[in-house]
Amino acid sequence: MRGLRAIIARDVTLAFRAGGGSLPAVAFFAVITVLFALAAGPDLTLMSKIAAPIIWTGALFATQISLDQIYRADREDGSLDVIVTTSGELALTAAAKAAAHWLSTGLPLILATPVLAILLNLESEAYLPLLLSLLIGTPGLSLIGSFAAALTVALPRANLLISIIVSPLYIPILIFGAGAAAAGAAGAPQYAANLSLLGAATLFTAVIAPIASAAALRSNMD
Amino acid sequence: MPSLYEFANPVLFERWARPAIPWLAGATALMIFAGLYYALFNSPADYQQGDSVRIMYVHVPAAWMALFCYSVIAISSAVGFIWKHPLADVAAKEAAPIGAGFTFLALFTGSLWGKPMWGAWWAWDARLTSVLILFFLYLGYMAIWRAFDDKARAARLAAILAIVGFVNIPIIKFSVDWWNSLHQPASVFRAGGPSIHPSMLPPLFLMAGAYMSFFGAALLQSMRNELSARRQARLERTDVKAASTLVEQ
Repeated sequence: MRGLRAIIARDVTLAFRAGGGSLPAVAFFAVITVLFALAAGPDLTLMSKIAAPIIWTGALFATQISLDQIYRADREDGSLDVIVTTSGELALTAAAKAAAHWLSTGLPLILATPVLAILLNLESEAYLPLLLSLLIGTPGLSLIGSFAAALTVALPRANLLISIIVSPLYIPILIFGAGAAAAGAAGAPQYAANLSLLGAATLFTAVIAPIASAAALRSNMD
Repeated sequence: MPSLYEFANPVLFERWARPAIPWLAGATALMIFAGLYYALFNSPADYQQGDSVRIMYVHVPAAWMALFCYSVIAISSAVGFIWKHPLADVAAKEAAPIGAGFTFLALFTGSLWGKPMWGAWWAWDARLTSVLILFFLYLGYMAIWRAFDDKARAARLAAILAIVGFVNIPIIKFSVDWWNSLHQPASVFRAGGPSIHPSMLPPLFLMAGAYMSFFGAALLQSMRNELSARRQARLERTDVKAASTLVEQ
């Protein structure tokens, strides 16, 4: 347990220090949202309708772009070998790595969301459903993403491959997350159903992804 | 009854697979001609869809095969991962392009059917979306195989991905039942014409049988190709090694 906490603390610290992935991910999130908005044009009613989907896809891309970092640096400086050989239960360590990734990218993305939502003219009653859906869904994104990062850690430039692998696995979370945000804003009865399914998807990945990551990391050891 | 492990021997596999391929190919040809004849000339037009219903005979079995091929990949991957069965890895690898082909065929014919029936090439309904996800899963699986030079490592990593992705198969299978409440029922009747006319069943099953034996023939042949490609690579490597030791002497 202490080891897991140490890994989380170390990864989060590294992510927020110079050269870390946190700030670039948030900046990328902001840039992609603004580009979407520019492409959609200045129609404010249209904008408030598509604000939540834009933010959800933006958060998804921003998560995706930072996935390569999860195991890359550890492998380059050799600490991944130590982690794999000394972890009592590698799946728990993989879960800690995913948790650290969520704390250093998912959480900052959620914190940045209200600001971007203002720019996108999001309706005031849509804020809570959007933030809640992101809060429940983004841990799932980090978990699935850390699995893809573990699969491709031995490859030199894996970002493109990670996107191909991760996109189909992300789609259920994207559908339920954006669905919950839309239903909540409209006060539709599917709100609770979508949130529950989103939570179920995240919990399910919380079980599967660490085990799969551990198997992938072991297969990637030389 | 030969055990699973005897088929791990490529020579035995070759002895068994080689004569099976012409039979499977012949069965494919027979069933596809009979099935297409029934489907195009000797089955009734639908009272609502008219002749467009005939697309179904190509489309529905292709969608079945899309799910079936992924199941073959996932099960072979599990066998390969757990028992290190080398032929299971080869089977999983070679089933992927065939399955992706069937998935594409299902999507393509579905969209051809959707244009006159729904008035749109594509609808973002649960079934269509989940089959599209399946297509991307196939692509990701094939991309993993291509990314690694080391075949043994590629096999293990691709197997892990295939097993994780298998979660999607029941979602696709039951998407039509689960998401009824959220979607227009218009998309459901295709699966639900609960009393599909009995005269439509023979061509449907003939086409399904044709696809199935095609899958068998194509899979065995591409497994044979992959095995000989690996043998060739191994021989070339030993040749190079032998040559370099000669030079050193």
